[in-house]
Amino acid sequence: MNLRNTYNSGNSMPSDQLEAAIQPAAASEALGGAPVKIAARDVNVFYGEKQALFDVALDVGAQAVTALIGPSGCGKSTFLRCINRMNDTIPGCRVLGRIEIDGADVNDRGLDPVLLRARVGMVFQKPNPFPKSIFENVAYGLRIHGLANKSEVGDIVEASLKRAGLWAEVSDRLHASGSSLSGGQQQRLVIARAIAVNPEVILMDEPCSALDPIATARIEELIDELRTQYCIVIVTHSMAQAARVSQRTAFFHMGKLVEAGRTDEMFTNPRDSRTQDYITGRFG
Amino acid sequence: MLIWAALAALFLFSFAAYRLGRQRIAAMGQSARPHSRPGYHGAYVALWTAAPAAVVLFALIAFGGRIEAGLLRQDAPAAVQALSESEAQVFYDDVRVVAHGGTPSQRDYSGDLKPALAAKAAAARHIESQLLVGGLALATLLAGGGFLLAFRRLNVDFRARNRVEGWSGGLLVACSVIAVLTTVGILASLVVESWRFFAQVPPLEFLFGTDWEPQIAMRSDQVAAKGAFGAVPLFVGTFLIMLIAMLVAAPIGLFSAIYLSEYAGPRTRAWVKPLLEVLAGVPTVVYGFFAALTVGPAFRAGFNALGGMLVGGPLDGLGQYLAQVQNQMALVAGAVMGVMLIPFVSSLSDDIINSVPQSLRDGSLAMGATRSETIKNVVLPAALPGIAAALLLAVSRAIGETMIVTMAAGLQAKTTINPLDTVTTVTVQIVTLLTGDQEFDSVKTLSAFGLGLTLFVATLALNIIALRIVQKYREQYD
Repeated sequence: MNLRNTYNSGNSMPSDQLEAAIQPAAASEALGGAPVKIAARDVNVFYGEKQALFDVALDVGAQAVTALIGPSGCGKSTFLRCINRMNDTIPGCRVLGRIEIDGADVNDRGLDPVLLRARVGMVFQKPNPFPKSIFENVAYGLRIHGLANKSEVGDIVEASLKRAGLWAEVSDRLHASGSSLSGGQQQRLVIARAIAVNPEVILMDEPCSALDPIATARIEELIDELRTQYCIVIVTHSMAQAARVSQRTAFFHMGKLVEAGRTDEMFTNPRDSRTQDYITGRFG
Repeated sequence: MLIWAALAALFLFSFAAYRLGRQRIAAMGQSARPHSRPGYHGAYVALWTAAPAAVVLFALIAFGGRIEAGLLRQDAPAAVQALSESEAQVFYDDVRVVAHGGTPSQRDYSGDLKPALAAKAAAARHIESQLLVGGLALATLLAGGGFLLAFRRLNVDFRARNRVEGWSGGLLVACSVIAVLTTVGILASLVVESWRFFAQVPPLEFLFGTDWEPQIAMRSDQVAAKGAFGAVPLFVGTFLIMLIAMLVAAPIGLFSAIYLSEYAGPRTRAWVKPLLEVLAGVPTVVYGFFAALTVGPAFRAGFNALGGMLVGGPLDGLGQYLAQVQNQMALVAGAVMGVMLIPFVSSLSDDIINSVPQSLRDGSLAMGATRSETIKNVVLPAALPGIAAALLLAVSRAIGETMIVTMAAGLQAKTTINPLDTVTTVTVQIVTLLTGDQEFDSVKTLSAFGLGLTLFVATLALNIIALRIVQKYREQYD
């Protein structure tokens, strides 16, 4: 039961919360014994009267890439945005259920979404560098959270850009505007911005859908490198991309989680007929 | 009257031409598919029927009277040639009145002038009827000829659609040419009149002189016989009031725009925004008497009371001054003008802030920034060029505003930056120079054109700067 240990290691949760924490036995089975980072149970999401997610339960492993796939409007992006509570910014959106990161519910009243988002980075569909220099874009999170003093900022920015594989291309023009970069470079800049604050989880919402194949390949390489340090959840429309970058895949359909499992198993031997239809391109 | 009837007839005829054109191409289209749809063929025939004839008729309406007068003045009898220019003008006016069967002015024409008047009246009647008949004949000819030519060109291969497209393009070009020419005309008259002004008052004296005394005495022995035209006090006054107005309008307008676009819920927005826009629709004269009757006395009462408290204390001098402050001061005009500009600034800034892509906000929020950090660090920097342009537009409105200042700031031209003093602005002086009985070519009247031109150049420069800023930075964050 090393999983139990993972749950409890170094946490400072009050005991009543501990009891409420999700029983990890099932999760451990589902993940094949790998440690669980995010555990979602009974997640229901409503946009006004319309229900977007129905009773979603999913475990996401640490130090692994989990791909969320499914046809448009199936709720995969909605689920992703539940994890860092970005749905709070959408008027009329209600999230019910529990989503725990290391056993702590993100929807807990006492939890400040601002602090949560410092731990859970996010990369969007369209590259969105801020109207600032390349350096200031990466330093943004450090500055607003007061994470580093002046001398450290430069080092962290450099390290983040190196990890995002962008340093060689921009080291001589760190003070040029972030929007002067190409689309693929901008997306890597945004990833560098996200990892600069050293998050535990990185959420990616179709990060390559606005990029050409070469830039896409670079981002996929980068995701694979980052996997060793972060828990990564990626929403993608490309089945090939899900197969290339992820270790685990979850298939959403009409707001329900149809099937989740190891990527290689799911693509070769799906359990549900809907998954099979989608993967083989019969719908979606 | 006949001409208007002719225009109506022309309209009916071109409508008939449209139907005929449609019918003809429909008949032709039985065997082969026409290049253009029947409506285009009909429109093509109708346009060639109506347009040239209409031009002739409108020219007759616009210039007929002038052509008639020109023709009438040829071969003037010796008695009329002996008249002075203004007398001749009266004579010819009477000729036209007599020609239409009216009674001439009180002036009695005797001697040679009497038969000349009768002869010229007969000639006028003749010329008028000839012009009318000639114009109508020409219009009829053009309408019929245009119809026949266009009608005969109809053919299944005829590209009527492209021709009609050309006509509509031409119409749009004509409208924009009118707009541009009008502006150029106004500008030209401004420049010419200013030129006449600067011929009498040196430009350097006008631009850098500090005395503004445009009241020229009627008799040469009066004081201020020459008048003084130094515009510096006016520009200082304009600048002072503009500055006060912007100090009020810029922060309030901008912050309310931020509240409306970033914090307010859809329900609040639904009634606050229209309310602000109603404020923008209030006529400036209403703001003017609000300033003069409500704000001015209130400010005076406040300052006087404050002064009364200070008198006798360590700030006695200031107290004495404050106790005597009057209703009319730059502060009142500036503050009310600022209130007038709030909806202008806030509605422009609101649009600009809303056009900042949501993805930028999401990116910042996802980094763990709070809403106000996001606004300060991401939204406002992205919207800054647009906001700067909006503020500059507000500045040029403040400079051009007249009514509020006329009512609330006084008329005395003073070079001062004391907001409690009365000042006057360029626009107010233009109003006072041109209202009432004026000789139209006196220096005093002409100085209005000098002021107008200077003001125009200043506002134009501001607008160009605003446009440049927007162009330079706009596309980067789209």
